[in-house]
Amino acid sequence: MHIFRDVRTLVILFGIPAAQIIIFGYAVRTDIKNAGIAVLDRSKDEISSALVSRLESSDFFILSKNLETETQIDRSFKEGDIKAILIFEDNFGKRLLGEGAAKVEIIADGSEPNVANLVTSYTRAIINDYMIDLNKAEAGSYMAVEPEVKMYYNPNLESQYMFVPGVMTIILVLICALMTSVTITREKEFGTMEVLLVSPLKPIQIILGKVTPYFILSVVDVIVILFLSWLVFDIPVKGSLLLLMLESMLYIMLGLSLGIMISTLSKTMQQAMFISLLGLMLPTIILSGFIFPVEYMPWVYRFLSPVIPPRWFIIIVKDIMIKGTSFAFVWKETLILIFMTLVFITISTLTFKKRLV
Amino acid sequence: MRTIFYLIRKEFIQIFRNTFLSRAIFGIPIVQMVILVPAVTFEIRNIELCVVDKDMSTESRQLISKLQGSEFFLLKYTTFSETEADDILHSDKCDMVLHIPENFGRNVIREGKGKMMVTVNAINATSAQLAWAYMRGILQDYNAELTVHNLLPGTTARMSFIETTNRFWYNPSLNYKYYMLPGILVILVTAIGLLLAGLNVVREKEMGTIEQLNVTPIRKYQFITAKLIPFLIIGLIDLAFGLLIGKILFNIPFNGSIALLFLFASLYLVAVLGLALFLSTLSSTQQQYLFVVFFILMIFILMSGIFTPAESMPLWAQKFNLINPAAYFMRVIRMIMLKGSGFTNILPDIRGIILIGIGTISLAIWRYRKTV
Repeated sequence: MHIFRDVRTLVILFGIPAAQIIIFGYAVRTDIKNAGIAVLDRSKDEISSALVSRLESSDFFILSKNLETETQIDRSFKEGDIKAILIFEDNFGKRLLGEGAAKVEIIADGSEPNVANLVTSYTRAIINDYMIDLNKAEAGSYMAVEPEVKMYYNPNLESQYMFVPGVMTIILVLICALMTSVTITREKEFGTMEVLLVSPLKPIQIILGKVTPYFILSVVDVIVILFLSWLVFDIPVKGSLLLLMLESMLYIMLGLSLGIMISTLSKTMQQAMFISLLGLMLPTIILSGFIFPVEYMPWVYRFLSPVIPPRWFIIIVKDIMIKGTSFAFVWKETLILIFMTLVFITISTLTFKKRLV
Repeated sequence: MRTIFYLIRKEFIQIFRNTFLSRAIFGIPIVQMVILVPAVTFEIRNIELCVVDKDMSTESRQLISKLQGSEFFLLKYTTFSETEADDILHSDKCDMVLHIPENFGRNVIREGKGKMMVTVNAINATSAQLAWAYMRGILQDYNAELTVHNLLPGTTARMSFIETTNRFWYNPSLNYKYYMLPGILVILVTAIGLLLAGLNVVREKEMGTIEQLNVTPIRKYQFITAKLIPFLIIGLIDLAFGLLIGKILFNIPFNGSIALLFLFASLYLVAVLGLALFLSTLSSTQQQYLFVVFFILMIFILMSGIFTPAESMPLWAQKFNLINPAAYFMRVIRMIMLKGSGFTNILPDIRGIILIGIGTISLAIWRYRKTV
């Protein structure tokens, strides 16, 4: 009743996941597209301009500037629209055809390491392709290993495959922890908790009564997210839908018990909010492996990250939804989630009892 | 002026009387910076590799040992069965599988063309792309070697070789901490500002103390200014702490002007706090406010380009970022800190953030009514 009376809360409850799935599915891209590059061409001959137009014709780059001197390099980087600069040495074409070797240098803006890396490697690949074509035309034969690449599970390298499970994992735990911790501390702060405690209800009944509505709402949230990801991004649940729902319910329970634990540990609503929003949001986003692969983190974090519950749920969702694996592949993660839920519940009951005494 | 000063003093007293709050607003950001900054990295090393070599020729072995020799790859499994390799990829035991078919070596030598296949676990598109980029680089090197090696004895064919070198400016070793520390700092400053300022007003509403303020002859602008300045100062102190941690703990360079950064940060905080005050007029309980902020913060963070290049976003998202204050600050803090961009370089951003600030403050003043 409390919840449904409040239309705004309800709208936000369903608006958040819906809007986020759509925004991140469409907006956040990890690949580079239309990155601005500049050229400092000291030779301005046929070959260098052919190479530049090749770069331009790819989807990755836009040639935004032609530079004349080296001093302009720093200035264009500082303006911020250019990611890399290509420098052709003088007499580039003459040297290439005459001496058989010519030099080109790529200077990339390292302040964005990912972009710098990708821009450099794409540019190198295009230059290499050009070189192969040139040699084919000249010499007639060229020996090469031709790799064919297959991106498993995500053939078009769409970011959605990472974002749908990620957003689902993060929203669920944050909403559950936030809402339960805030509602319970609210009752405490306004003194209505005392009223409930002196009533003949058992503490466990009070807590269950508080938590059940959120449990149901979160389950509906999961359904909304899965439906949207199928409808909008065409990402179906490859594995068993039932299994995914059961795992989600387990995860929701974990979020709720985390919320209960926070509420027993904090005195005021503000404390609960600070802990659950400011304290939980960034660590869950960053350490869960949502965006940054855990394997590449420094070794300390490989011990720290397993403590974060979303880390395990994200694996489960990815496995079931995208890879379509069965329970046999995720039983370990499931057990860990169950264990964590039990720990949260034990801590909260212990502190709750202590408070009553 | 004196009225505003007294109101500001009242806010500070309220904040620091609350020991939890005063600890949280400085403690949480510091702890998170220290813990989270080193965690975010795409410095991919040891990409775990599984090789299915059905050829076992000199060429295939050469290729494999070249991969093994690189710092990026780690040969973890070798097998002859495709299904076993698929299984290994499926259960996340490796990141990449290299399939070398039969007659690979013979085809390379006789036909000048050897086909092979690479399968990558691409659920995380970014790391898949980076891993593939490294793999392609090594294959290209191998190709060049192969050609030169096989042409040497008595051939007349002439090779044209373009030698490509590359350098990274401002961050030569591509240290991710340089990139992430400013990003995380922006988020923390934004979150603190949005949470503190808005909750403060909504709390006064809930407790009823706002009515006591309303019956006093305080003017609207005085009220807004008094609610804004304390949190502006707290935000700037948090920023200073963050920069200090970056310098001392992570040795992150600061190439630009500190004054310029603080100038921009102040403009940014005015815009964000204006938004917080506006949102607080819309919600009647702290809970509601919290959800709205949670919603907005998630969008601000992920759209701002903290983890992903903002330029690669589709056009509508880039248009949206014109009104996303976090996107401005994210870009500017990195430009000033890492590249040493000056005032003229960030002029368009300054203009943008001032416009947003004027917008949110006017909305807040317009929506705040002294009569309830």
